[in-house]
Amino acid sequence: MTSLELARWQFGITTLYHFIFVPLTIGLAFFTAYAQTRWYRTDDEKWKKATRFWGKLMLISFALGVATGIVQEFQFGMNWSDYSRFVGDVFGAPLAMEGLAAFFVESTFLGLWLFGWGRLSKKVHLATIWMVSGSTILSAYFILAANSWMQHPVGYEMVDGKAQLTSIWAVLGNSTALYAFAHTILASLLTGGMVIAGISAWHLLRNSHTDVFKGSLRMVVPVLAVAGVTTIGVGHFNGVLMSEQQPMKMAAADAVFDTTEGAGLSLFAVGSMESNPEGLERNIEIPNLLSFVMTGFPRSEVQGINDLNAEYRERFGPGEYAPIVAVAYWSWRTMLGIGFALALLAVIAWWLLRKERLERSTKLLKATMWMAPLPFIASFAGWIFTEMGRQPWSVFGLLRTSDSVSPTVSSAEVWISLVGFTLLYGVLAVIAGRIFFRIAGKGPPDEDPDEDSENAHFGLAY
Amino acid sequence: MEEFTTLQLIWFILISVLWIGYFVLEGFDFGVGILMKTLGRDENEKRAILHSIGPVWDGNEVWLIVAGGATFAAFPEWYATLFSGFYLALFVILVALIVRNVGFEFWGKRDSKAWRNGWEWCILIGSAVPALLWGVAWANIIGGTPINAEADFTGNFFDLLSAYALLGGLATLTVFFAHGAIFLTMRTKGAVSARAGKVARVAIVPAVAVTAVWLAWTLSRHDPLEIPSLILAVLAVVALGTAAVLVRRTVWQAFAATTVAIVMFFSSIFTYLFPNTMISSTDSAFDMTLNFSSSSEYTLTVMTVVAVLLVPLVLVYQGWTYWVFRHRISAEDFGDVKTPVDLLDKRKREGGDGKNGDTGTGQQPARP
Repeated sequence: MTSLELARWQFGITTLYHFIFVPLTIGLAFFTAYAQTRWYRTDDEKWKKATRFWGKLMLISFALGVATGIVQEFQFGMNWSDYSRFVGDVFGAPLAMEGLAAFFVESTFLGLWLFGWGRLSKKVHLATIWMVSGSTILSAYFILAANSWMQHPVGYEMVDGKAQLTSIWAVLGNSTALYAFAHTILASLLTGGMVIAGISAWHLLRNSHTDVFKGSLRMVVPVLAVAGVTTIGVGHFNGVLMSEQQPMKMAAADAVFDTTEGAGLSLFAVGSMESNPEGLERNIEIPNLLSFVMTGFPRSEVQGINDLNAEYRERFGPGEYAPIVAVAYWSWRTMLGIGFALALLAVIAWWLLRKERLERSTKLLKATMWMAPLPFIASFAGWIFTEMGRQPWSVFGLLRTSDSVSPTVSSAEVWISLVGFTLLYGVLAVIAGRIFFRIAGKGPPDEDPDEDSENAHFGLAY
Repeated sequence: MEEFTTLQLIWFILISVLWIGYFVLEGFDFGVGILMKTLGRDENEKRAILHSIGPVWDGNEVWLIVAGGATFAAFPEWYATLFSGFYLALFVILVALIVRNVGFEFWGKRDSKAWRNGWEWCILIGSAVPALLWGVAWANIIGGTPINAEADFTGNFFDLLSAYALLGGLATLTVFFAHGAIFLTMRTKGAVSARAGKVARVAIVPAVAVTAVWLAWTLSRHDPLEIPSLILAVLAVVALGTAAVLVRRTVWQAFAATTVAIVMFFSSIFTYLFPNTMISSTDSAFDMTLNFSSSSEYTLTVMTVVAVLLVPLVLVYQGWTYWVFRHRISAEDFGDVKTPVDLLDKRKREGGDGKNGDTGTGQQPARP
């Protein structure tokens, strides 16, 4: 394999791995803060237990997220130096802001929260966990603004063959970024919430620590229902926007080859995995639904891959401008399918909660437990769609991925780092996974240390 | 054309400050990480050593992330050349930092000697390797590496391992080790502190010697002599020498001295590098100037506003963290506590009801 292909594999593997922990940490930090607020307000022991229990799981996710996050930042320069030279003037700014505005707050206040049990006043201690939660959300904004610029470049001009920033407000206020942010944060609440709901369901089915887990389940279910439905809603508008900004990605998502009016939404199709196959072999579709999904009107036109390719060849010169259609098609469907399934589950759960039947509904608890890992798969699919659907571009319309790679880093060097990171990440996944499930399975300890003692962080910290 | 603008100068200084902040803060984390396995004789002592940096090491590491991000934003060419050029060295540093970070988090998660032992090795190696390699990296940055007209690094990993660069690495390793030993002496009580003090008194000697030799070597490589660099280098060595004396008397003063030494050491390096960001050993015409490396004036202006607003704030709340956790840690604090349940047992055995522990700096307001 060439160093380009290897660098792409490495970026894909390390980024998806990192993104296990991103939404989980954002979600768990929020619900830990939420639980601690309930404890602060009610002084009820069960909320203290919930805070410490979910906080402990959040810490594991956080540690791995931080450890793998440094790789993300270094990787742009290490593997994608020509990309970095090209975009640095624009792309570096939100990255640096993320560090200054979010990472410093996040890491410092997490230390204060973790070691501050019994040392800080209750009010200040509660404030520290909200600072952690807020800064995880803020960091998502900056990195998504940076990524959105790759999807839809704004606020720049070309100077000497490089992108140069002309308006930071355009970059930070990029319509793509605003939708991506809402979509990602809602999905993160869904991820963290489903993990909490799944673990709570497991314990409730075994009648262990029912007070803590009943409370936790009731805490997350309304949020899950609202987040589940709005994630889909925001995702829809995200899709409409993408049809305007990156029509090729949307065409690939539905394997529309020829421009069609009143296009149907394909449910299941079979075709070749080539980047631009001639067409599909089999296709089951719902008439007019795709046109409606993409534009809001059932009769409107959907541009096809072949027509877009012809248009782009005129604009950008000869070449292939379609992503791997099958990847875009199936990743998009996976994300949507899971999104709808989770929203349905959460709405039913909320309805049962309001009828006071939630904890007794064994079927629903079991379904929640088994569906808890699905948000991770949906996130993976969503990012695979977003990033692979943009190919052959690294910055849409401006810079090709093949022109982004570090020219003097050899494929031997990338092999070493690719194998090294993959092995290391694999080993850590096994170890962290076992610890996570052991702690999750054990439940909160029967007695926590006295919260006024200066050793109250025991059992949470090292 | 001028070699640099005012904003470029400001950002060169700011990035120097971020790197220096990183080395001062993570420097003692590295030292403590190296010492943890051998200095702590039992689990409680090791836990005390971990807790001496527990609340702060993560925040300290963010200085590196921000230094990297700021370099990307302000000097993209520098970021691109440096990070792609030092590819394998940075890969090794990343792996080391990852195993060290998860080592801190996982060490206490299982009650097994083999488990803890494994993570102690991870913490030791994960601390020692970056402490060495950061020095190697900076020696190469100022010493010059093969860089072509397109600002791309054309050498390989082994080109980075010259005697000069390795000695630079040895300088940072010995300095961070001594810095960490002094920090541990200052932050702990009892047997751990006493043992760390003994280590510190010995460790500071090679730190002074190696640093002095390497800085002299560095300055001798440049003709004419770089006077500002020379002054800062002398101050670094003097500060280390002072620390060697003070470590036998007042430990916090010794810590202040090693802190000053690290600031001076890297200030000397950055002054030496200025007004370039990378030196080409292929042809001095390919040296990368600030002007060549930098972002546009607009981007630098935006980033200056952000930095002016946020950096003071960062210093305030990070400073506050150090204040909150200023108490010295003793292995006896942990007693035979392994789990929270043991803690309650212990308090009951001691005749307390679990409510009359010394609350330290915790202020408990009346709650509604």
